[in-house]
Amino acid sequence: MLAPNSNSKVTMTSAVSFQGVSRHYGSVRAVDEVDLEIREGEFFAMLGPSGSGKTTSLRLIAGFEQPTKGHIEIFGQTAEGIPPYRRNVNTVFQDYALFPHLNVIDNVAYGLMVKGVARAERARAAVEALALVQLPGYSDRRPGQLSGGQRQRVALARALINKPKVLLLDEPLGALDLKLREQMQEELKALQQSLGITFVFVTHDQGEALSMADRVAVFNAGRIVQIGSPLDIYSRPASRFVADFVGSSNILPPDIVRRLAGQDGWASLRPEMVRLTGTASDGALQARVVSTSYLGSTTRVTVDADGLRLHASLAAGTPLPAVGETVFINFDRQNLHIMEGEQ
Amino acid sequence: MSAASVTAAGAGAPIIMDGRRGPLGRLSDLFWRNPRLLLFLMLTPPMLWLGIVYVGSLFALLLQSFFSIDEFSGLIRYEFTLKTYGELFQPANLDVIVRTVTMAVAVTLSSAVIAFPIAYYAARYAQGKWKALFYLGVMLPLWSSYLVKVYAWKLILAKEGILNWLFAKLHLTWLLDAWLSLPIVGGNSLSFSYTGTFIVFVYVWMPFMILPLQAALERVPATLIEASNDLGAPPGQTFRRVIFPLALPGLIAGSIFTFSLTLGDYIIPQIIGTSRLFIGQAVYAHQGTAGNIPLAAAFTVVPVVVMGFYLWMAKRMGAFNAL
Repeated sequence: MLAPNSNSKVTMTSAVSFQGVSRHYGSVRAVDEVDLEIREGEFFAMLGPSGSGKTTSLRLIAGFEQPTKGHIEIFGQTAEGIPPYRRNVNTVFQDYALFPHLNVIDNVAYGLMVKGVARAERARAAVEALALVQLPGYSDRRPGQLSGGQRQRVALARALINKPKVLLLDEPLGALDLKLREQMQEELKALQQSLGITFVFVTHDQGEALSMADRVAVFNAGRIVQIGSPLDIYSRPASRFVADFVGSSNILPPDIVRRLAGQDGWASLRPEMVRLTGTASDGALQARVVSTSYLGSTTRVTVDADGLRLHASLAAGTPLPAVGETVFINFDRQNLHIMEGEQ
Repeated sequence: MSAASVTAAGAGAPIIMDGRRGPLGRLSDLFWRNPRLLLFLMLTPPMLWLGIVYVGSLFALLLQSFFSIDEFSGLIRYEFTLKTYGELFQPANLDVIVRTVTMAVAVTLSSAVIAFPIAYYAARYAQGKWKALFYLGVMLPLWSSYLVKVYAWKLILAKEGILNWLFAKLHLTWLLDAWLSLPIVGGNSLSFSYTGTFIVFVYVWMPFMILPLQAALERVPATLIEASNDLGAPPGQTFRRVIFPLALPGLIAGSIFTFSLTLGDYIIPQIIGTSRLFIGQAVYAHQGTAGNIPLAAAFTVVPVVVMGFYLWMAKRMGAFNAL
């Protein structure tokens, strides 16, 4: 079981499909008319602020919620009306939801016990699953005796032992400290690639979504505002919301865009694409340095151009302007992205 | 700037401020430096009460049970003997014990079965107004006099009572009669049968089962139930493998109440039921008119032993593992 699958190439089969799916609670539209295709074998991230509908969408796939409207298919089969225990989909919960009265082995083997697999057989499978998530030797511990990172691994093993067609992860790394989170990101990604299981990952951390996912759906107010590869989302945000939420961005209003680029509409300009020069070049925006903050590998410079606050992210080693100094803002034309979603 | 003015104002103040003057001020400082002293002073009165008045009298009781009564003079002979405990095993006395323990078991099991859905609803679904209503509904009977409730039940269960009337209206009198004609549980009417005693016990102790059960169920996170469903367990299995084991400590706590309260009660079986004695009545009779304090004491030890055995079994069976 859980044999590594070297062929992790993303195919075009649809693992999960939402067609006009809504989930309303009274007048609150938690999920509103969402269309979505998650491909088999891909690492799919649902990114958005809290209350944007990403977790509700995940719960709709798991079966904890039923759609108010619309149609959900999992591997081509209708999912609405099917209870969670009849879906070959498993979840890693945000708070891990480990059973406190069972030890690690029994927690991991829970899914097999429910199916009536013999004790010896499921214990063997559980040990294997724990090895897969790199947590051997904790079999007899209770969840209460484990650290956050270890619980995370137990929760992962418990979900994977059922060999789900889709693995749902609800902000699984949220409770871990930064170092551990980065390590788990790499491990999760490697695990997904070796198993070839479709992962659906909910997070509010844009860095996490960009670094792990094959594709990202950005949620806002119950709707998906953009779906695309991390590169797409980051370099070509569809709207001001996406530009602002995914990384920080300089959002330029239409009048400035017309002046600088001769085009209509709102534009996004990533801070790392901004160059600050001391001498004027034609068309460059003049600004005054307001503050600088040192971030290690980069320094973030905040400038003020006639009331418009802009940020530049300067690589270490670049000469820094002094606060109060007048600078000119330069960038390559192709890095200025006009956002079609904003009119 | 404002930050500067804050510093300027604070500059004049001393680093160490004067404490509160007088003996109370010194006492506060003393307690702050010696928190154990405060704890000692706070715990001493209740510990003295518990130690001397309660444990002391329990010990005196235990001591009494090792004495015996002189059958001719009716006086207590102050010599250590197990004769009184031997008397417990006489058929008449053993009957009392078996009857009481059987009743306590039946009451506890039924209370658990009836209380579980109520406690589950209150813990999982009731919110706001409904939760308040639940607490009120469960607690309200506890606020009225126990005797009033028992006598009310006597009227309800009587031959001319509302329950008989209801059965007649539903054309189910035959069912009631059939039940009452059964051996042991039957009798002349509900108020003169073990069934009546049982019903009143279950009613009166119900809150003591519901409340701890509800508290235990409330501590089971909803995600555990979702996780169980997610891993393939239908509601029935989820109940058996997750909800029930996690609610077990609450169930045990509730059963300690219903079990021990039934074992010790002497009012309910006296007012409702047959003329046969329960342990509480036997204790009452022996220490009162009969003047047989040693046997009364020995009877009192029975519930203590039964409860001790019950808790030992519960622990052995892992009922407290979830704690």
